Amino acid sequence: MLISCPHCGPRDLAEFTYQGDAARTRPDPASTDTAAWHAYVYERPNPAGLHREYWQHSGGCRSHLLVVRDTVSHEIVSAEFARKAREKTG
Amino acid sequence: MAEYSALSLLKNAFSGNRGWKPAWRKASPKPAYDVIVVGGGGHGLATAYYLAAEHGIRKVAVLEKGWLGSGNIGRNTTIVRSNYLLPESIRFYDHSVRLWENLSHELNYNVMFSQRGVLNLAHSPAQADDYIRRGNAMRHEGGDGVWLSPAQIARYAPGVDISPSARFPVVGGLLQPRAGTARHDAVAWGYARAADRLGVDIIENCEVTGFLRDGDQIAGVSTSRGDIRGKKVAVAVAGSTGRVMKLAGIENLPIESHVLQAFVSESIKPFVDCVVTFGAGHLYMSQSDKGGLVFGGSLDLYNSYAQRGNLPLVEEVMSEMTAMFPAVARLRLLRSWGGVMDMSMDGSPIITKGPLPGMYLNCGWCYGGFKATPASGYSFAWTIAKDEPHPINAPFTLSRFERGVIIDEKGQGPTPKLH
Ligand SMILES: Cc1cc2nc3c(=O)[nH]c(=O)nc-3n(C[C@H](O)[C@H](O)[C@H](O)COP(=O)(O)OP(=O)(O)OC[C@H]3O[C@@H](n4cnc5c(N)ncnc54)[C@H](O)[C@@H]3O)c2cc1C
Ligand SMILES: [Zn+2]
Repeated sequence: MLISCPHCGPRDLAEFTYQGDAARTRPDPASTDTAAWHAYVYERPNPAGLHREYWQHSGGCRSHLLVVRDTVSHEIVSAEFARKAREKTG
Repeated sequence: MAEYSALSLLKNAFSGNRGWKPAWRKASPKPAYDVIVVGGGGHGLATAYYLAAEHGIRKVAVLEKGWLGSGNIGRNTTIVRSNYLLPESIRFYDHSVRLWENLSHELNYNVMFSQRGVLNLAHSPAQADDYIRRGNAMRHEGGDGVWLSPAQIARYAPGVDISPSARFPVVGGLLQPRAGTARHDAVAWGYARAADRLGVDIIENCEVTGFLRDGDQIAGVSTSRGDIRGKKVAVAVAGSTGRVMKLAGIENLPIESHVLQAFVSESIKPFVDCVVTFGAGHLYMSQSDKGGLVFGGSLDLYNSYAQRGNLPLVEEVMSEMTAMFPAVARLRLLRSWGGVMDMSMDGSPIITKGPLPGMYLNCGWCYGGFKATPASGYSFAWTIAKDEPHPINAPFTLSRFERGVIIDEKGQGPTPKLH
């Protein structure tokens, strides 16, 4: 797998650290809604197909990236800075 | 039906091995069953066998989308052990080891269970303390944890590099003598043949594509070979759990699918007669009866439904292998492959009634579902037959995550790739 870091260009998988599913949203820290916390901490959609996920370019520029990858073919559809992706989707 | 004996071996050897009979019937789906088991891996087959053998429920179908043994039951590194820390795990896996000890007799099929011992190497005083604690926990529950010094390790597993100049010097090791390996395919075939003889229909090339409902109640499945009704539907599809449960409308589970690779070297003369694990990284290795070294390491560490992995992990596993056994450095690799693992959020399995009425769920096997095959089938069958868990699987609920009673052996937290 090659991941195209927006800062460094296409780099080998070995330079990256996987940080898991990006679809989750953390409840307000003050929230006492246990169902929402349970969903955030433990539940995953675990799709066979396109997956939005975080990777860190830990062996390179150390940016956090939001990557869209196919979990069946391992094809990488897109990789962008996580913060920018976040700003776009709000 | 296939019978095996010295005489049948001899007869078939002289007749070009053309006279062997199939070990189970090629069953076609009937319109309805008492229990439908989805997934013909080790766990599905064992469940069907114990339903028939222990509970007299014989109108059972096992539906397998491919052929028997095409999933992880035929892809694993065959290690069987119960060297756990937490009482829930020790009780469950020790029950499994006890079933393994009698399995060849019970099934009248040689599963080649070999109690050759599993040795966990420790490489620092802190790791030694941790392993000794685990050994004591096992002994506390009546298990067999034994601490070995480096000198004892040198006698027990002569190939291990115990020299002080090793990259990660060995300070000792935790041995479980009753642990070992078994022949993985034989486990699937043995359970399949024994279940078939009790009347269970094993239906291959039959993919479940949806669930039938009567109101809220799950009442059967639609498949690539038509609709089949079942009073109870039990799902045991390991790495495909997410996909199959989505067909029933369950979008989220405390499971992620990851790929795990395994490797086998060319055959060599007897080199190591136990299972050895490397504590400074993640590696487990044994030698098969054919002489190949069979070994594996970590997951590829990202979600995957592909039954193949990537090269960085291969490199890591090989470097650990040569650190542990410098003598194997020039061996050639024969094969490598991958399997899809149902990694749970606390590293422990789920064997439960539900989550929908009429449904039963068995999943979350992580790295270790092969050794669990007998106990998983036994306790899942119990749960299906009696609508309540057996004491050994009672802690392994789906609701434990909501209730905060997780069973996390290593205290890793809800990060599936770390379990
Ligand atoms: C490389 C590797 C090494 C391992 N090493 C060990 C080890 O040393 N010790 C150990 O204890 N465990 C080990 N494991 C784990 C162990 O193999 C698994 O946890 C265990 O086999 C899973 O249970 P199973 O046998 O029922 O799974 P599987 O054999 O995967 O069975 C699930 C079945 O469900 C079928 N299925 C899926 N979807 C459908 C559908 N829609 N309809 C019908 N059927 C369907 C699949 O085709 C499959 O045959 C290893 C796994 C891997 C991949
Ligand atoms: Zn970068």
